Amino acid sequence: MTPVISTRGLAKRFGRLRAVDGIDLAVRAGDVYGFLGANGSGKTTTVRMLLGLVLPTEGEIDLLGARMPRAGRRVLPRVGALVEGPAHYGHLSGRENLRLLDAAGPGGPRRTRRRRIDEVLEQVGLAGIGRRPVRAYSLGMRQRLGLAGALLRRPELLILDEPTNGLDPQGIAEVRDLLLDLHRGGTTVFLSSHLLAEVEQLCTRVGVLDRGRLVLQDELAVLTAPTGATVVHTPAPERVRAALDGRVAAVDGQRVLVRGGNPAEINALLVGAGVPVTGLAADRPSLEQVVLAAARGTADRVEAGRR
Amino acid sequence: MIAVELRKTFRRRRTWGTIAALNALPLLVAILLRITALAPRPGEGPAFLSAVLGNGQLFPLAALGIVLPLFLPIAVAVVAGDSVAGEAQAGTLRYLLARPAGRTRLLVAKLVAVVAFVAVTVVVVAIVGFVVGRLLFATPPAGVPATISVSGTPLTAEQIAVRTVLAIGYVAVSMLGVAAFALLFSTLTDSPLVAALGALAVLVASTLLLGLDAASPIAPYLPTRYWLAFVDLFRDPILWRNVGRGLALQGVYVGVLLAAAWANFSTKDITS
Repeated sequence: MTPVISTRGLAKRFGRLRAVDGIDLAVRAGDVYGFLGANGSGKTTTVRMLLGLVLPTEGEIDLLGARMPRAGRRVLPRVGALVEGPAHYGHLSGRENLRLLDAAGPGGPRRTRRRRIDEVLEQVGLAGIGRRPVRAYSLGMRQRLGLAGALLRRPELLILDEPTNGLDPQGIAEVRDLLLDLHRGGTTVFLSSHLLAEVEQLCTRVGVLDRGRLVLQDELAVLTAPTGATVVHTPAPERVRAALDGRVAAVDGQRVLVRGGNPAEINALLVGAGVPVTGLAADRPSLEQVVLAAARGTADRVEAGRR
Repeated sequence: MIAVELRKTFRRRRTWGTIAALNALPLLVAILLRITALAPRPGEGPAFLSAVLGNGQLFPLAALGIVLPLFLPIAVAVVAGDSVAGEAQAGTLRYLLARPAGRTRLLVAKLVAVVAFVAVTVVVVAIVGFVVGRLLFATPPAGVPATISVSGTPLTAEQIAVRTVLAIGYVAVSMLGVAAFALLFSTLTDSPLVAALGALAVLVASTLLLGLDAASPIAPYLPTRYWLAFVDLFRDPILWRNVGRGLALQGVYVGVLLAAAWANFSTKDITS
């Protein structure tokens, strides 16, 4: 698979603060990449470096096979971005905002502009928006308009920073469906977020940033692979222990962790022994457990003596 | 890109509001003069105002003289100061640069839009001045060179017209210096207010130093030193010395400040 984003030793220092500290990102074509990290872990700085807004102190960035920020003019028209919330000219309509943004750079032919604007507004659910100025939009509508701006040139790569910010649950589901739809159409998605659930539902690959370092980068399926144990829910945990001699690893209320990755086999044994079973599943770590195990810090917390 | 910036500037209600406000003061002055017929004595008050009662043709110049010391620089500083910092504050700067608009291109386009604003503003002030002068004040009969130049000799209407155009151009160039200061500050801060006030602080300082004898060694290099040299265009013959110096000085200021703005903006981390 060709790399769509690849960085080597990417670092950014602001004075003495190491905001990003030597990360090697690898996003391949066709990935939906979840870029996770606590607030202040360096996600936004990384996204800004990918887009050529912040210039790296050290390291290299290749975007769609070309070196950034030098190749920005060639590469960025093929990238759609949403960085730290949408921003528009409040006194203009949504349509006029998109028109100006499209005209502000290369790769957006004027001939197809009107049609493309109509299409993306339809896609994000703002087709009937009319001539209202953006000032009068709700937060969710602005977020949708920002997404429309990112989609305007049918980008090969979408770099989205918290794209569901400000949306209600219905809006979040809509955006998720839209992204999955685009992904099926061949778009690579790089999704920066601190919402684990969002990433778990969308992403195929995950990178975790902790205080400027990439502490984890792997396929979601690998990270949350079955542990080889089975979770049994039963009102009679002590009888499980009796039936499955020595295979019980842990008991927590009505939840019993049994060694052995084949729920069917364990079920047969338990039913054979007459143990009531209310639930049975292969044990998998949740993404939350994986992330919390890999990343310990949040920059929001300032401990004494660590200034 | 340039078209986009021009469109942004001239589709804003604020731009036209500023221009309208700029014209209000000369209009008020004209009405008061007309009603009271109390013109300032020659050599007092804004340039040319003493002569407009006798010749409405001079009112465009009087109008420029009225807005030049304060109103016009404020308007230019506000618009130029807003150019980059305003986008940064609204958050649209990051989307423009990720589009990618290109940093140098964006700066050039912003500059062109500011220059266009300066030109339109000065020309509108002059046109409104012309109309007001025609409506409210007397016009000397055709063929009679009634207008007296600053030197005391008569000037024909054609001469006045040509020199008025030159004066409009000179005032516009003087305002480019203000625009360059504001544009530089606009790339240094994310607050349009700070950028505009910074440029105005420079002008206030310059004006203050000009009135100070102790500052006379540096006076020829102060940005506002030759602003009023457009009056020299109405001497007979035209006294080019200060006009030339004014143009050269503004040229140096604009060149240096824009180079600094470019150097800063093209390597800046956009964190807004």
